[in-house]
Amino acid sequence: MEDNKNIEFSADALALAKKLMGRYPEGKHKSAIIPILHLAQAEFGGWLSPKGMDYVATLMNIQPIEVYEVASFYSMFNLQPVGKCVIEVCRTGPCWLMGAEDIVNHIESKLNIKVGETTTDGMFTLKTVECLAACGGAPMMQVGQKYHEDLTFNKVDSILEDYKKNTTEPISHWAKDKIKA
Amino acid sequence: MSKKLLTEHFGVQGIDQLPVYKQHGGYSALEKAFKKTPDEIVQEVIASGLRGRGGAGFPTGKKWSFIDKKSGKPRYLVCNADESEPGTFKDRYLMEVNPHLLIEGMIISSFALGANLSFIYIRGELLYVYHILEKAIAEAYEAGYLGKNILGTGYDLELYCHTGGGAYICGEETALIESLEGKRGNPRIKPPFPAISGLYNNPTVVNNVESIATVVPIINMGGEEYAKIGIGNSKGTKLISACGHIKKPGIYEIELGLPVEEFIYSDSYCGGIRGGRKLKAVVAGGSSVPILPAELILKTEKGEPRLMSYESLAEGGFASGTMLGSGGFIVMDETTSIVKNLFNFTRFYHHESCGQCSPCREGTAWMEKILHRILHGHGTLKDVDLLWTLQKNIDGKTICPLGDAAAWPVASAIRHFRAEFEDFVEHPEKYQDVKHYFNQIEDKQLA
Ligand SMILES: Cc1cc2nc3c(=O)[nH]c(=O)nc-3n(C[C@H](O)[C@H](O)[C@H](O)COP(=O)(O)O)c2cc1C
Ligand code: SF4
Repeated sequence: MEDNKNIEFSADALALAKKLMGRYPEGKHKSAIIPILHLAQAEFGGWLSPKGMDYVATLMNIQPIEVYEVASFYSMFNLQPVGKCVIEVCRTGPCWLMGAEDIVNHIESKLNIKVGETTTDGMFTLKTVECLAACGGAPMMQVGQKYHEDLTFNKVDSILEDYKKNTTEPISHWAKDKIKA
Repeated sequence: MSKKLLTEHFGVQGIDQLPVYKQHGGYSALEKAFKKTPDEIVQEVIASGLRGRGGAGFPTGKKWSFIDKKSGKPRYLVCNADESEPGTFKDRYLMEVNPHLLIEGMIISSFALGANLSFIYIRGELLYVYHILEKAIAEAYEAGYLGKNILGTGYDLELYCHTGGGAYICGEETALIESLEGKRGNPRIKPPFPAISGLYNNPTVVNNVESIATVVPIINMGGEEYAKIGIGNSKGTKLISACGHIKKPGIYEIELGLPVEEFIYSDSYCGGIRGGRKLKAVVAGGSSVPILPAELILKTEKGEPRLMSYESLAEGGFASGTMLGSGGFIVMDETTSIVKNLFNFTRFYHHESCGQCSPCREGTAWMEKILHRILHGHGTLKDVDLLWTLQKNIDGKTICPLGDAAAWPVASAIRHFRAEFEDFVEHPEKYQDVKHYFNQIEDKQLA
């Protein structure tokens, strides 16, 4: 089974994790688990392996199972390897009304992958997600923390082209440049 | 144009920064509030008639008055910024454009409740907004609006942002509390209610972003003045998220009581249906509320104009009415297949069920499967009745209202569009290649 590379937080991530844990009352630092899993996903290349989650458990001084059960409940945590650039297309009602299905089909044929798959060069993973609170800009998709709204086929093409050209490091929801205490 | 209480300064360049926010009257409500006692603030909010903007419409002041102040346990205010109800995107907009409005509301509300530690729980997908809020909170600390001995009053408040991980159910207040404690988002059985035993088993109030932001104009103008806006028991203004087949999707702050017809067709709001098409149906308050066909959303069963208010939208009960809910207004034109739309919604609820109660976990799965087979031409007329029975067996029989929220769209779609379901079952081919959206995504001009 594949594993996260570099299972260790950078100094910045460590400092931020400590700061976040300090926000909750005495003995309640477990509250910080979701924010810290976001940091872990950013630090570990976009996904969480069991060893990566064990690291979080040690860091937070909680049981590994407490981390697994949380990481597996929330849809933003990838428990399998993903491409550098995870494309999350909203598929719910309002976006569907505005053509989300065809946006997904378009990306599938453009990248030659199905929903849930990663391109062979490891650049893109395609996911569908539920409503992202951007219904006024439907159809839409998210990459990292960026919302791309009012999509058209042409717009999608140029967005993909852009990511292909400019992505060197994996893009995470918790942006790398925001990992500072 | 109706009054703008929340969005008045949204067009101001730099309103997300504290100095600009202050130039436009920001934090004056806070100074006013500190001249009152916490109980006087609660009374103002009761007098305003404000009802929760998160979906259930429970009176905010009343909720505050339930919080246990006797036991001496620490009290918490948690802002529900999980905004995940399909069709709803107002809280995101409010926090992104004017974060200090929410922060000012949080400080006043926390003071009223006697909370010294408060959280804004924001959905994980909105991390970019989380960073906007964090920056604004840092500014507020810097200015002495947060921290110890705020403005010399002796009142202490720590306010933090907290992020979710992607789960609609965490918008339900007890699931949100579980999630904030670092667990899976499984709703708790009530009672006890959060006002008695919430976060870390201490008294807690959970309020929606818009509810908390509205406390600012209420304090500024006084509860009684606020209560003069609106209609009946629907006081004040409300942010409506408008989307779907309309010319001008977006956020509109309306005075409650605006006629639905004006909201849909006036150029000040949605601007009518795209491409000159006809209105078919509306889901008026987020995906969970009953869908209504055009004739029933524009006029009540009695033939009176339907208004954008809690009472008017509910007029006729579920037989012919709906709910204001979260104000997520989803408009569908004549090309929309109600069956396909229902499949989409049902898949959503199945995907988002936390799985604790069998009627919700199994029922949503069944309903999705049945709709899937209807969609693919394998449905029978009996399936329509089966769907009806299934939704009835979920409604009211679960721990949290997600079960009801999954049942109501099914019930209302069948109630108002049964003939279309039957036609779909008998002639599925008719519906296969119908495009229910404009070819705008093919970069062609709108008709
Ligand atoms: C499944 C489900 C999802 C919900 N999602 C949200 C939400 O995203 N935002 C919100 O404010 N309330 C949501 N609610 C309502 C909350 O449980 C709660 O009533 C609300 O936050 C209270 O705030 P208010 O009184 O200010 O409206 C949801 C309820 C349910 C059952
Ligand atoms: S109704 Fe559904 S979402 Fe709510 S507690 Fe039960 S299983 Fe979970």
